Amino acid sequence: MVQASAVEIRNLDKFYGPFQALKQIDLTIPPGKVTCLIGPSGSGKSTLLRCINFLEEYDAGEVRIDDQLIGYDGPGRKMSARKLRQMRRSIGMVFQQFNLWPHMTALENVAEGLIRVRGLGKADAATRAAEALRKVGLEDKMQNHPARLSGGQQQRVAIARAIAMEPRLMLFDEPTSALDPELVGEVLQVMKTLAGEGMTMAVVTHEMGFAAHVADQVAFMEAGELVAVDSPDAILHNPSDPRISDFLRTYHERNAF
Amino acid sequence: MELSVFQDYGPMLLRGFGVTIFCWLAGTVLGMLLGLLVALAQRYGPRPLRWLLQVYIEVIRGTPFLVQLFVLYYGGPLIGLRLDALPAGLLGLTVYGSPYFAEIFRSGFNAVPIGQIEAARAIGMAEPSIVRRILLPLGLVSALPALVNFSIILTKETVILSIITVPELMYQVQRMSTETFRYLEANLVLALFFWGLVETISRAGRRLETRITRHLIERV
Ligand SMILES: Nc1ncnc2c1ncn2[C@@H]1O[C@H](COP(=O)(O)OP(=O)(O)O)[C@@H](O)[C@H]1O
Ligand SMILES: [Mg+2]
Repeated sequence: MVQASAVEIRNLDKFYGPFQALKQIDLTIPPGKVTCLIGPSGSGKSTLLRCINFLEEYDAGEVRIDDQLIGYDGPGRKMSARKLRQMRRSIGMVFQQFNLWPHMTALENVAEGLIRVRGLGKADAATRAAEALRKVGLEDKMQNHPARLSGGQQQRVAIARAIAMEPRLMLFDEPTSALDPELVGEVLQVMKTLAGEGMTMAVVTHEMGFAAHVADQVAFMEAGELVAVDSPDAILHNPSDPRISDFLRTYHERNAF
Repeated sequence: MELSVFQDYGPMLLRGFGVTIFCWLAGTVLGMLLGLLVALAQRYGPRPLRWLLQVYIEVIRGTPFLVQLFVLYYGGPLIGLRLDALPAGLLGLTVYGSPYFAEIFRSGFNAVPIGQIEAARAIGMAEPSIVRRILLPLGLVSALPALVNFSIILTKETVILSIITVPELMYQVQRMSTETFRYLEANLVLALFFWGLVETISRAGRRLETRITRHLIERV
């Protein structure tokens, strides 16, 4: 079992110029649980996720990870770069576009953070990286560069890169949206395993099956607002808000044939 | 055509070509380094420095190399910068090339997908490591064709060093021309030498490009 973090988001506001991308978001991400974020495109899901590791700077409110505020030392006082890096070490992130470093092999991609951030020696880092790659089923692709891997394999390397750092929280931003349909399953399988080990996970996804079967809670966003947070069953099968039923109807119509 | 003049002037021309290659190589390497520093300072430096460097880029790019060289060689002593012809020529080439190289590096850095840099930030990598391990290697790959191209342009700028008496190929060709009146022969030799140099550089550049991009090209 991994040591799992809790995330508390309170009254979060985020502006891009005059445009408010996040409006007074309140969300608790409990430790060891899977929280799925769903909602229409442009509703602010990525922005919210990126505020959690402060890749996006929020303007008001709080994001606390295990009670520690991220990004700021106090109201309006930015945290030092060093302290922010320290906090990011225990937050893994997986992107829609994989974002592997194309000039490094799969093994080097995973070992890089262990060497530069955790300060491991090359040999130790390689051993640990190989372990992480084995965990995502890529022990035979370790020497491949990203250009020689399928999308699903690339995303699994990206997950290995994150879990090799032994994070206590994992953020996934539409991890399967850039994949051909037949490659989605292998990535979701790895994520399910991770969830089963008790990792705290926040997952932005359009995979309603994953949300229904793996999530402990589902949050629905629209136009920068968090409309509802509830059990998967309540959100997906008995939505209380017409905005959720509308979204799900469009989703079902698109996927029907 | 009278080829016998080359018996007397051949060694001198060859020596001149050696000086040309030296000036080009040193000016290119130093200009690239200076350009890289400028590009990095423009990306990470404080705002006043970035502004100052932008002025530097505009001024150097906006004036002819010949004028810059005159100002450096004949104006330098007025502010206590007294240089011999060769060092003055190298400094001039370095400064002249640096803003073009800086711009090439800048666009190379911009070609690195932001997501790959964010991925490094997300695992807690420090900015200097990100520059060294991700931005530089990937930026250089994108910049390589333009770097080679501008290096080729610089080969031909070296002839201007003859104006301040650097004994490179153009200088020797002019000496031979005035002493023998063989303008055509002398300048044909110059053209041949430069053509050979440029051809060599562009072939080497293409081979280097193939080598460093072999892992980056998708083949799935
Ligand atoms: N860097 C940015 N600058 C300006 N607007 C942005 C930026 N990033 C996102 N937005 C806007 O913020 C809103 C939320 O975007 P995002 O969080 O990416 O939505 P989602 O992930 O739900 O599709 C969108 O309207 C988008 O156009
Ligand atoms: Mg998004």
